[in-house]
Amino acid sequence: MRGGEAFYLVEILKGMAITMRHLLSNMFDPQRMPTLEYPDQKPEYGPWLRGRHRLMKREDGSPRCVACQMCSTICPADCISIVSGEDDRADVEKAPESFDINLLRCVYCGFCVEACPCDAIRMDTGIFELAADNREAFKVDIDFLLNNTTDGVRR
Amino acid sequence: MNELLWVLAKIGFMLLLILGLLPTMIWAERKGAAYMQDRIGPNRASIGGIFRLAGLVHPIADVLKLVFKEDIIPAGVNRFFYHVAPWLVMVVALSTFAVIPFGDKLYLGDLAINLQVADLNVGVLYILAMTSLSVYGVVLAGWASNNKYSFLASIRATSQMISYEINMGLAVLSLILATGTVRMGEMVHSQGELLFGFLPAWGVVIQPLGFIIFIVALFAEVNRNPFDLPEGESELVSGYHIEYSSLKFALFFMAEYANMIVGAAITATLFFGGWQVPWLTTDVLRSNAGPLLTGSVAIGVCLNLLFAAAAWRHYERFRGRLGDRRELEPMILAIIFLLMAAGSALFLALGKPWLITEAAAAHYATITQIGAFVLKTLFFAWLFIWVRWTLPRFRYDQLMHLGWKIMLPLALLNFFVTAAVVLVVNS
Repeated sequence: MRGGEAFYLVEILKGMAITMRHLLSNMFDPQRMPTLEYPDQKPEYGPWLRGRHRLMKREDGSPRCVACQMCSTICPADCISIVSGEDDRADVEKAPESFDINLLRCVYCGFCVEACPCDAIRMDTGIFELAADNREAFKVDIDFLLNNTTDGVRR
Repeated sequence: MNELLWVLAKIGFMLLLILGLLPTMIWAERKGAAYMQDRIGPNRASIGGIFRLAGLVHPIADVLKLVFKEDIIPAGVNRFFYHVAPWLVMVVALSTFAVIPFGDKLYLGDLAINLQVADLNVGVLYILAMTSLSVYGVVLAGWASNNKYSFLASIRATSQMISYEINMGLAVLSLILATGTVRMGEMVHSQGELLFGFLPAWGVVIQPLGFIIFIVALFAEVNRNPFDLPEGESELVSGYHIEYSSLKFALFFMAEYANMIVGAAITATLFFGGWQVPWLTTDVLRSNAGPLLTGSVAIGVCLNLLFAAAAWRHYERFRGRLGDRRELEPMILAIIFLLMAAGSALFLALGKPWLITEAAAAHYATITQIGAFVLKTLFFAWLFIWVRWTLPRFRYDQLMHLGWKIMLPLALLNFFVTAAVVLVVNS
């Protein structure tokens, strides 16, 4: 160790100059800091984000889902439960009587979206803030899923 | 009777000074650290949903939270020492302040008030004694907690204290040799003189090497980074106060900052002229009180206007970004700054401060000196924070190497050179 470095003083002063430079430049221009002030500012994700699910509708407003059980079969977390029933309409054979997703179990892998043969389930709502103060709120049913919209607001 | 009241008033002032600086220090630590690391830092706690004061509300919220938390006493602790230790740390930190002068003698009629709680004739030695007592709290806390990590921390604190106490003592001894007194008041007085007609005879000018050794030893004494081995998070969880919770933890936490403030005040007093305003002695301050007061009030008006403009610009720039009452804060602050500027301007116009009376001039000098003392203390307190967020922690063997093999020889050299110079000058 050289004598000058052994007493550390010059190196310490250099380091202190660096920290003070950061402090001053951040103080006079807070926009420099990369921090996202989360609840006030939201991050922008691309359309590929797998957010909360939604069920698509036909033109008459009934669900597109034909209750084929493919999504609940492929689901690795086993979080989708569908009860299928008959439908009276001529072009529809089956329709879900209930379509429940347990969001606490869901791992947001998107396999259900891939598996769906008629594009009835999507994860394009862009909703990534999934928080509630009770478990029941995470067990969402068919009405909730049908009214989940892409703009992130549940109508 | 009257004198007793004055002593109580001085004690009260000192306590208020430390306890008022405590939350400011905690705020400066958190916010300063954040800005040095390109983070935003605390800004969520607010008063009435409006005033966030850049995070200054957080220390109050923290202390409130800690006070109302459950006080857990672990099994197997030595109850007496466990309870005594945090108070010991705090009381020692606060009582060190007793011998630090914060202003020149103030004459009220025929009553001379020494602006120092206790003018001991062993002033500096009292400080050395008290700072080494402060490790007792740490050691007792670590030992009484019945926890191996806190026990290791207290062992480290002890050996660190022993190693660096010697260097600190030698540095202070050299200063005592150079100034020829151990009374704090006289030390500060002698620092008001000028060397070669232009250089303030501050301790740092007379004893530059002594100052460096002193400040390094002081960092070790108050357990601050780079010497905060007693609370090394990475290997000792959190050091001597692992087992403490609630108010007792808050006491340790605040005592750390109280120790820093006291250390800063000691550094300012011994090496940076204490309450002395450089180049302006008490007599100069008193005889020129009129123009000085006018000038400082005028500067105050300008600064307040500047702050008001900055706050208003901030309000205009970020309006609509948060979407709630917090946005009003810079506007209200701008109005407060404007009002303060108006008040100062009114005082300038109606109070005619350039026609100051002699009695008021004495008070003005005292207030200026207290301000100088507080400013110097604040700077050194900030230095503790600044260094903490710049340097990594020393390894234990590096600490011992620095203490015994580098600083001790340097301190001894400094001591002998000072002694020789004093001998030559005096004979």
